[in-house]
Amino acid sequence: MTPGLPAIPGPAGLAPAGLPRLLLGGPDPARPMPLAEHLDRHGGFLLRGFGGDHGPTMLIDAVERAGLTGHGGAGFPTALKMRAVAGRRRPVVVVNAAEGEPASRKDALLMRIRPHLVLDGAVLAADAVGAREVIVALHTGPSSAQAAVNERLAARLDPVSITVVHMPKEYVASEESALVRFLSGAAALPTFTPPRPYERGVNGRSTLVQNAETLAHLALIARHGDQWFRSVGTADAPGSLLVTVAGAVQRPGVYELASGVPLSTAFDAAGGLTEPIQAVLVGGYFGAWLPAETALQVRLTHADLVAAGAALGAGVLLALPAWACGLAESQRVASWLASQSAGQCGPCTLGLPAIAEDLALLSRSGNTSNVRNRLERRLSLVEGRGACHHPDGTARFVASALQTFSADLARHRRGNPCPPARYPVLPLPDDPVAP
Amino acid sequence: MTGHLRVNPITCKAHGICAELLPELISLDEWGYPLLDPRPVPAHLMAHARRAVADCPTLALTLTKE
Repeated sequence: MTPGLPAIPGPAGLAPAGLPRLLLGGPDPARPMPLAEHLDRHGGFLLRGFGGDHGPTMLIDAVERAGLTGHGGAGFPTALKMRAVAGRRRPVVVVNAAEGEPASRKDALLMRIRPHLVLDGAVLAADAVGAREVIVALHTGPSSAQAAVNERLAARLDPVSITVVHMPKEYVASEESALVRFLSGAAALPTFTPPRPYERGVNGRSTLVQNAETLAHLALIARHGDQWFRSVGTADAPGSLLVTVAGAVQRPGVYELASGVPLSTAFDAAGGLTEPIQAVLVGGYFGAWLPAETALQVRLTHADLVAAGAALGAGVLLALPAWACGLAESQRVASWLASQSAGQCGPCTLGLPAIAEDLALLSRSGNTSNVRNRLERRLSLVEGRGACHHPDGTARFVASALQTFSADLARHRRGNPCPPARYPVLPLPDDPVAP
Repeated sequence: MTGHLRVNPITCKAHGICAELLPELISLDEWGYPLLDPRPVPAHLMAHARRAVADCPTLALTLTKE
């Protein structure tokens, strides 16, 4: 253990009661919170604040008791990931803020307005696992991350180095193995695992990859403890989460909610629905469609959403208006997902375009049973047959569209196609700005 | 000794030789990529499985021992 690591200065911040936590702050939520204000509001924290050589283990223990799980999509327990890296030779911590999900805005927002909360979490995680190096992976574009790192450098705040790296914008680039490979100097393409990043990551070193939001939660657990973390949320799904709400709502945007609340709470937070809706896309483009009546009642936890046939993913909740054609919307996204295949694995490279074409046939001419059967077969054919989960996620998305919009399929088959859409509801990166 | 077949989907280039040599456990999908029987390789097919692994032109097929 390295003795004498500096403490991060600042008064002991008050633990916020209730919400918001991560988005706690001044009246202007669009402004990056400067370091001084951040430390004033949240308080400083002591590295090794729990005392002596046991400090790091104690933080991991606190994270475990808090029940913190990853907010990047998979929901893996954070403490397990940390333990897998702790004690290995010269480990590296990677902050994954390269949000690949086109409809998600939460990590970008967090990096823009609360960069220090994420960086605190990264520094704490690095200290806990014995890493001296933090890499922040962002999408190319303006961000306040580098300015925040410079502020910390000037304040001589951190005993670890922090590097900001911009990622290519491809969807699969934010996949963990692709991210690690890119940071090792190669193309941002997924690799065949094992080895996993904790075994052999950036430049062959053991690597802890954590989502930006997860680290922000960790920064608050380190300050206020696991009991405080659990004071919001449910026993099985403690804490809060950031969701990106879009579609037919008054104020689309990122909101912080208590874990386990009904999904309708997210739409209430966004000012309510603007018009009748037919379905909700939950979890983004690797998630699933749920019919509106099911969706509004489902509780926002990984377990509840999986039981309902969806997934929490990165927390995207997209309300589809009643007038939109769910099949046409899904077909547009499926084609885009097919185009985003890294082109490495045959079943993904060839299967996803075939799936997108089948869905296009169905959404135009309806439920011809031979196309439907072929599509069902192809969906099961690509699942689990790529190096990463790109084909699995795409198959889940398309399968849920077939199920949720089965009435539309039948209607199209009877020769009643949907009226042309006023505008596409599901956003894609290359779209012109939405009306 | 038992083992499972595994294919590296990145290196596999759909030569299809494995399915020729071991049709009992490997079939090809509509694009020519192998579909592996997930069950352990039975003892009487072990020699054929080793042969399929050895003859894969891209070394994508492996037999994991346990």
